Amino acid sequence: MSRMTDLTKLTLAEARDGLAKKDFTSTELTDAHIKAIESGNSELNVYVLPTPEHALEQAKASDMRLAKKGNAGELEGLPLGIKDLYCTKGIRTTACSNILDDFQPAYESTVTQNLWDAGAVMLGKLNNDEFAMGSSNETSAFGPAVNPWRRKGSTDKLVPGGSSGGSSAAVAADLCLAATATDTGGSIRQPAALTGTVGIKPTYGRCSRWGIVAFASSLDQAGPLTKTVRDSAMMLKVMASHDPKDSTSVDADVPDYEATLNDGIKGLRVGVPKEYRIDGMSEEAVALWEKGIAWLKDAGATIHEISLPHTKYALPAYYIIAPAEASSNLARYDGVRYGLRKPGKDLIDTYEETRSAGFGAEVKRRVLIGTYVLSAGYYDAYYLKAQKVRTLIKGDFDKAWDEVDVVLTPTTPSPAFAFGEKSGDPLQMYLEDIFTVTVNMAGLPGISVPAGLSKEGTPLGLQLIGKPFDEATLLRVGQSIEDAAGRLAITERWWG
Amino acid sequence: MQADTKKSNKDSDNLIPGATGDWEVVLGLEVHAQVNSNAKLFSGASTEFGGAPNSHVSLVDAAMPGMLPVINKECVAQAIRTGLGLKAGVNLRSTFDRKNYFYPDLPQGYQISQFKQPIVGEGEVEIEVDGDTKRVGIERLHLEQDAGKSIHDQHPDYSYVDLNRSGVALMEIVSRPDMRSSKEAQAYVTKLRTILRYLETCDGDMDKGNLRADVNVSVRKPGDELGTRCEIKNVNSIRFIGQAIEHEARRQIDIIENGGTIDQETRLFDPKTGKTRSMRSKEEAHDYRYFPDPDLLPLEFEQAYVDELAKGLPELPDEKKHRMMDEYGLSAYDAGVLVAERASANYFEDVVKGLDNAKRDGKSAANWVINELFGRLNKEGQDISDSPVSADQIARIVNMIGSGDISGKIAKDLFEIVWTEGGDPGEIVDKRGMKQVTDTGAIEKVVDEVIAANPDKVEAVKAKPTMIGFFVGQVMKASGGKANPKAVNDILKKKLGVE
Repeated sequence: MSRMTDLTKLTLAEARDGLAKKDFTSTELTDAHIKAIESGNSELNVYVLPTPEHALEQAKASDMRLAKKGNAGELEGLPLGIKDLYCTKGIRTTACSNILDDFQPAYESTVTQNLWDAGAVMLGKLNNDEFAMGSSNETSAFGPAVNPWRRKGSTDKLVPGGSSGGSSAAVAADLCLAATATDTGGSIRQPAALTGTVGIKPTYGRCSRWGIVAFASSLDQAGPLTKTVRDSAMMLKVMASHDPKDSTSVDADVPDYEATLNDGIKGLRVGVPKEYRIDGMSEEAVALWEKGIAWLKDAGATIHEISLPHTKYALPAYYIIAPAEASSNLARYDGVRYGLRKPGKDLIDTYEETRSAGFGAEVKRRVLIGTYVLSAGYYDAYYLKAQKVRTLIKGDFDKAWDEVDVVLTPTTPSPAFAFGEKSGDPLQMYLEDIFTVTVNMAGLPGISVPAGLSKEGTPLGLQLIGKPFDEATLLRVGQSIEDAAGRLAITERWWG
Repeated sequence: MQADTKKSNKDSDNLIPGATGDWEVVLGLEVHAQVNSNAKLFSGASTEFGGAPNSHVSLVDAAMPGMLPVINKECVAQAIRTGLGLKAGVNLRSTFDRKNYFYPDLPQGYQISQFKQPIVGEGEVEIEVDGDTKRVGIERLHLEQDAGKSIHDQHPDYSYVDLNRSGVALMEIVSRPDMRSSKEAQAYVTKLRTILRYLETCDGDMDKGNLRADVNVSVRKPGDELGTRCEIKNVNSIRFIGQAIEHEARRQIDIIENGGTIDQETRLFDPKTGKTRSMRSKEEAHDYRYFPDPDLLPLEFEQAYVDELAKGLPELPDEKKHRMMDEYGLSAYDAGVLVAERASANYFEDVVKGLDNAKRDGKSAANWVINELFGRLNKEGQDISDSPVSADQIARIVNMIGSGDISGKIAKDLFEIVWTEGGDPGEIVDKRGMKQVTDTGAIEKVVDEVIAANPDKVEAVKAKPTMIGFFVGQVMKASGGKANPKAVNDILKKKLGVE
């Protein structure tokens, strides 16, 4: 193994420290990743647009800043992958949909701008489910990203989760030090769980949504996918900001999450919701949950069974609210101003041709569901009722916070599955989000931390749910799970 | 607030005769008023009129991916001011909804509007028609985005889109169906426009489309239930509003009287033909799929903010009118004419400031402003802001009439001189010897001459005293119009022995 490939195995924090110590340069670090992408991307399909030249330019500038004392940003010279949902100025942004064609934004999303301002380097745009609608990355117009994990003794390709499947797989396969992702119903945490990576969805309003292609505005939130909890702490600190351009972004202090990571969890009250013991959950997921409870107890936390009685309504309500907002958010893709246009014989025909050709099946399904539930005569029965459910779910958590500081659940009911296994059955696929959607519905922060392997040798994750804007506690508890579980390592690097 | 829907004694005048008897027309208006603001409702792009196509378009207005709306606080303040001006309740919490439909000049694929909870609730507007005062109820006022403009006449195969207007803030002001004639509807829009202009929340320029009305028309036999209504979209002049209503009411009456029924539909008024025609039926109506815009938080502010804005409001036309009647003794009509435009009211108030005795001469000043000045400006096609005669000059003229220094007739000559040549009216009167002669000795001399020259008329006036007018005319003529008419009268009566 050459020194250059070794560099890709570093965590974000290790790479930062190595740059500071001048063990290597950002150009070397970036180049190592570019080479890893060149050799691995054809099989993993994690990058839909590698941007090596852009990366090397940024790395060079970083090296110059690193050479001068006091000039380096918090993420100076660290190469990242960017989910293709983030608009990047002058660089093709598609949300992995044909409808955006070769759209090049004239603007940079606030979150990525924050990263560049901190000195980070962009390796390219990462694969995701089309418009972030999916749990396996199979709805991407570029074909799915592939999970670098395989089942023991099998060469079957597994899904990396979704929608941030390119992000999770790229981080797991060391094709970037860390990645940006977005989470509307579990799109950061579920892929994290399926790839043995860490993913945090911050409180709604913590990160600006400005410049991120919208799926469901009241649920969408940006967050990082990383190799370790510490790396997530580093990334979130930079990604989070109050943005006057996003009316739903919140003006709250962004603490130094890294500083409190090792403060321990003695006396912390951990809630275990009984409603999350659902039918169809794999035995190993249940066992791992028990293990997680034991770890936290050992670390000094107290465990409390709690009730979140409206949990079972969360998924159906989510699949009303999210498509409703999506049906409206995606109306702008009409072939008039940018992206794909398929000329028809008149205006209506042009709309139909363009949107038929531009959107994939899952997106169309959700636009249709969303249009239906907002229609006159159905609004009260579906959308309004779903909003009431949402209020009840928030109420469940508000009550829980009287008794506990964080809530511990599995991230997903089962580990990574094979391509095609669930894509034929949307309901089966939607169940992937069963433990994660409640968090989006309540606007709370949630983190998935790798906790162990299934009997097939694939990763499983545990989810921690926290109080609004208390990401610091989540990361601290996540660190203690990571300390107990150890990092999950891929034994066979079969790609590249 | 309950709108006054009591029938005025003139309501019978509004009825439209039909073959089966008289019909009553019922009208409700939705007025779209463009908010006076530098920037659009949810973006920083300019609202300036007349820019090159697509030159005032932000990323938000063009609905680029990932762009988000941010409310323009000035537009909110303008809506609150307008609400206060309409004596309406201002809602401290309101929400924005998306109205979803596809059209090329609607980049987002939805219009951000306020459907469920508008910023302003019920209010009222007082109108005056044929001397009768009536109150028209306001149901609500809400903020919404304007759409862009589709241009169909520039290319044989394509339509063009200009997004300069896209996202400009509109106030939709919805009235109750309280109007009963085209005159009332016209008076309502006129009055609304006056209020908006006073408040400076909308320039009211209908030519530019900055104020336009959707007119809801139905007809019924007096006392019956409301009939089925048709909505005439986007009527953009007060004259057209009248024509559209007259035509639409007649059309509906004819249909019903011929055994038909009215289909609820959206119609368009064609100014060329003076007729309305169907645009889309109820069945073709869009399902707008309204839902709360998740990109925007509820719009919330404190009562203290509303109170602060209220303090900054100007005197509104109705208050001003009543004050002018009280303070200067103006008639309701004159005061109404003066307050119709803020500029004319201001001009008049400036005239009053220059009066030596406003109580005595206020009415005269109003006459001069309305009849002489406005008449002349109208004739020349000029605006009050370009008036060659200043408020101060008018005041000086009126002062001299009031003090008896010049006669009304001379004053008219003086006005003509001031209009064409300018100058201080007092100096002109002095220099040109236009002062009224009140010296009884001088007048008596002229009277004697006139009596001596007309012995036959002296006989006649004894039989018919009104003949005195002949002598007055002769004396005035001989004095070059400068003799004080009252003094002339008194002296003539005495000398001729007429009572």
